[in-house]
Amino acid sequence: MTSHASAATLAAYAAGDPGLDDAGSWAVEAHLEGCAECREQLAEFAGPPLRGLLDDVQAMIDQGVRLGPPPTRRRAWRQVAHRWAAWSLIPWAVITTTAVLAAFLLDRTFPHLPSLVLLLAPVAPLAGMVVAWSRRTDPAWETIAGTSRAGLELLLRRTLVILATILPPLAAAGWYLGQSPARWLLPSLTLTAATLLLGGRIGVARAAALLGAGWLLAVAVPGIVTAQLPVLMQPDGLRGWAAAAVIVTALALLRANDHRRLDSWQ
Amino acid sequence: MIRAVSAHEVAPSMHAWDVDAENLTVKAGRRLAVNGLRLSLGTGVHGLLGPNGAGKTTLMRALSTVVKPAGGRLSLLGSDAADGRTLRGLRRRLGYLPQHFGFYPRFTVREYVEYMAWLREMPAAAIPGAVQRSIERVRLADRADSRLKSLSGGMLRRVGIAQAIVNDPALLLLDEPTVGLDPEQRVEFRTLLRELGADSCVVVSTHLVEDVVAACTDVVLIDGGALVFQGLPADLVRLGEHGGTGDSPAERGYTTLLNRHRSAS
Repeated sequence: MTSHASAATLAAYAAGDPGLDDAGSWAVEAHLEGCAECREQLAEFAGPPLRGLLDDVQAMIDQGVRLGPPPTRRRAWRQVAHRWAAWSLIPWAVITTTAVLAAFLLDRTFPHLPSLVLLLAPVAPLAGMVVAWSRRTDPAWETIAGTSRAGLELLLRRTLVILATILPPLAAAGWYLGQSPARWLLPSLTLTAATLLLGGRIGVARAAALLGAGWLLAVAVPGIVTAQLPVLMQPDGLRGWAAAAVIVTALALLRANDHRRLDSWQ
Repeated sequence: MIRAVSAHEVAPSMHAWDVDAENLTVKAGRRLAVNGLRLSLGTGVHGLLGPNGAGKTTLMRALSTVVKPAGGRLSLLGSDAADGRTLRGLRRRLGYLPQHFGFYPRFTVREYVEYMAWLREMPAAAIPGAVQRSIERVRLADRADSRLKSLSGGMLRRVGIAQAIVNDPALLLLDEPTVGLDPEQRVEFRTLLRELGADSCVVVSTHLVEDVVAACTDVVLIDGGALVFQGLPADLVRLGEHGGTGDSPAERGYTTLLNRHRSAS
């Protein structure tokens, strides 16, 4: 505000002078809202009846504060957890981390066999996707599905939590076994993006189950049975995986609106 | 005290009806649950009546935009419900209580309503005040910091109503909101409905004809996915004065309309 209200105007406002019309009082009120100096000046103009009223209000507020319920503690970490994660993810995180640990121990014990960590890494996040976005595991699914944040934004938040949980143990295991990070990271990210893309059509949980089972049956099990690292996981395949990751992610982002409907929660 | 009014609050609405459906078809699984529905709803409380399997819940899901219409035209608050790109903005102005209101048992009432307000993209500064106000409106202020698992069925239903009204929606959809409420709470709920219907479009799906007569400004009766009747609650009562089965004039009017529709088709 550039100019302050004049003393005469404030006095008229405080006294409820009919000479100050509605438009005039609005202008004074709008100014008072943003100007502490004028509020202070206005307080000096307040007559005894108004002071008495204000004292009564103050006494009532004090009484309300004394007798009312205590203020609740703000628990910021709970709010952050609510906005990012789904409770159904906790059992999943425990199970998947245990599976990674078991694969790592097996790899150390049998170094001549194809690496189980490499074979299981691509499907590790998919197990989490089955429970993160499904009408069976999220009780509030229908209420959430109708909100504006529901859709790829909320799904991506939950996916990021999954990746942040599962990637560090995989990274630790891969580093210890001397595997290049790209060899397990790229297939992992590609399959996650493929779940997002396919999930908009048939449901995220279904897509994750389908892709996960497909990977295990077509790639991981034959690799274990024949004791040879599958072609897909050979070091020369990295360029193909990188291209696939970029293409599938782009397609998933293009089809983002698919996740706004109930079909995505199947 | 005056407050700053933003441009969109005083902007004239560019649509004739808050809900405008033309030849609408919606699928539930493979079945056409809503088939060729024509419906226009404006400001007020609209009671959606119909027998089980009439397509009420499917219609509510289409109105809440969680199900994409299979055909026809559905315009909500002036924007097309089939267009995925405008959904985000539309949903900020929508409130929805689904028939099966799921909840997280470990959330407190306040946390849950706050979470829903955040999901509806309310400005962060407005959330705490809006949450407190909506909890007070459903008379749960004394339980605001209780965990949801410790509440009774009727209280949970009221939490559901609180989360639906937290963003002051222009279009509010309540699917079976009175299930589990005791008679006193139902009377209070009707008062709340009338308040809400004063300046927004409220659609209440229910089985209870007396709720509709007591609290709604408009009755919509559907059967087999198509509109059977749309009129005033008083019209329903008048129809029930002669014949029909039921305990109250409104119920008799309801059965009369349904029988007439079924014998005609």
